[in-house]
Amino acid sequence: MNEVDYIIPRNLEEVFRAVEKKKRKIKFIAGCTNVIPYMREEAISPELLIDLSSLENLDYIREENGIIAIGALTTISKLTASEIIRNQSPIIFSAASLLGNPLTRNRATIGGNLADASPAADMVPPLLALEAFVHTKRSEGEGREIFLDKFFLGPNKTVLAEDEIITHITFSKPKDSARGIYIKLGLRNSMAISVVSIALMIEMEGKVCQKARVALGAVSPTPIRVYRLEKNLEGKEIDQKSIQECSVILKEEISPISDIRASAEYRKLATSVLFKRAIQKVLNGEKT
Amino acid sequence: MKTYLIEIKLNGEWQKAEITAKETLIEVLRNKLGATEVKNGCGKGDCGSCAVILDGKAVNSCLTLAFQANGKEITTLRGIGDEKKPHPIQKSFVQKGAIQCGFCTAGMVVSAKALLDQNPNPGRQEIKEAISGNLCRCTGYEKIIDAVQDVALESKP
Repeated sequence: MNEVDYIIPRNLEEVFRAVEKKKRKIKFIAGCTNVIPYMREEAISPELLIDLSSLENLDYIREENGIIAIGALTTISKLTASEIIRNQSPIIFSAASLLGNPLTRNRATIGGNLADASPAADMVPPLLALEAFVHTKRSEGEGREIFLDKFFLGPNKTVLAEDEIITHITFSKPKDSARGIYIKLGLRNSMAISVVSIALMIEMEGKVCQKARVALGAVSPTPIRVYRLEKNLEGKEIDQKSIQECSVILKEEISPISDIRASAEYRKLATSVLFKRAIQKVLNGEKT
Repeated sequence: MKTYLIEIKLNGEWQKAEITAKETLIEVLRNKLGATEVKNGCGKGDCGSCAVILDGKAVNSCLTLAFQANGKEITTLRGIGDEKKPHPIQKSFVQKGAIQCGFCTAGMVVSAKALLDQNPNPGRQEIKEAISGNLCRCTGYEKIIDAVQDVALESKP
């Protein structure tokens, strides 16, 4: 077993000083709900654990000038308890309520859920549908503001540099007329990893769809926005015919794999069913 | 192997332990602090048998690094109540037959305690959600939910 060091910085300067000093394999940690199993399975073998969980001022949920900002260290439980999240972005609330189980949600953080970059990460499809940005800081130079759809490179891979950490996530508060839904299909209700998940946000004017945002989890190497599908919905009346068209597009746009939870074929079928369900529910004004 | 000294307020008493960076809270609780009432089940957060209360919140001690409990308060099953002075939740589990093999009980009681501390009067659905991270393969859950609900009803003014 390799020697592992641990530090718990109080502020960003201390984080970056540690990064610069040590020429070792670094792992940033916070809630640790994924990192501990990875270390046990030896999927990762870090030499220095930099624990971000005590950093100041990264645990908040704010709304300012129509922008909602969530600090990276905000736990999933705090999202489920937040009035701002519950009222202004119910799809985030739904996804947070469905992530893992209460014991996990008390530790897991939103920053960790993004940095871990699981194709099935619960928080990602709703944040994609809300067109969120990830804000980062690096030891040298300015931090970045990364469009979430440009953030993931593959399973457990992101554009984050080795010395870069997420500080917060922002998105515009959805319009009052916007409606959304997050649906997760898992093998059971609690502690389930998504087989397929879908987040949908639409703005309607009468029967005509003005704006549509559709994001999927667990059907591609990373969670994805389905741009072709969005274009096909916008500017049109949503009826049985257009929904059917969309479900065909959907099957063409995704590339699921077969794994322990489901076959690729099943995922394709289920995605199309979930999409139909999601859009019907949104049109009916249902929220879950 | 590099070691670190941490201090945990375990069931009301400050205790010191020498740990390594990768050691989990459950390993330290069971192997170094004698808290064997914390049960080691799956070791990866699926079963909840290792649940403890960390600064007021129920967490899996197998998914928490021991270091992350440094300077913090931990309550285990024994801190909730013991043979001499059982907590009403524990009495209710016995009365309702909510214990069969008993392996999940430590974690179940911890999750129930964390729930009742925050919400003294939960509905059945809220109880189900609160214990949804705790697996029980014997009881079918109904008696556990009954037990928690009974405590909630009894504590009503």
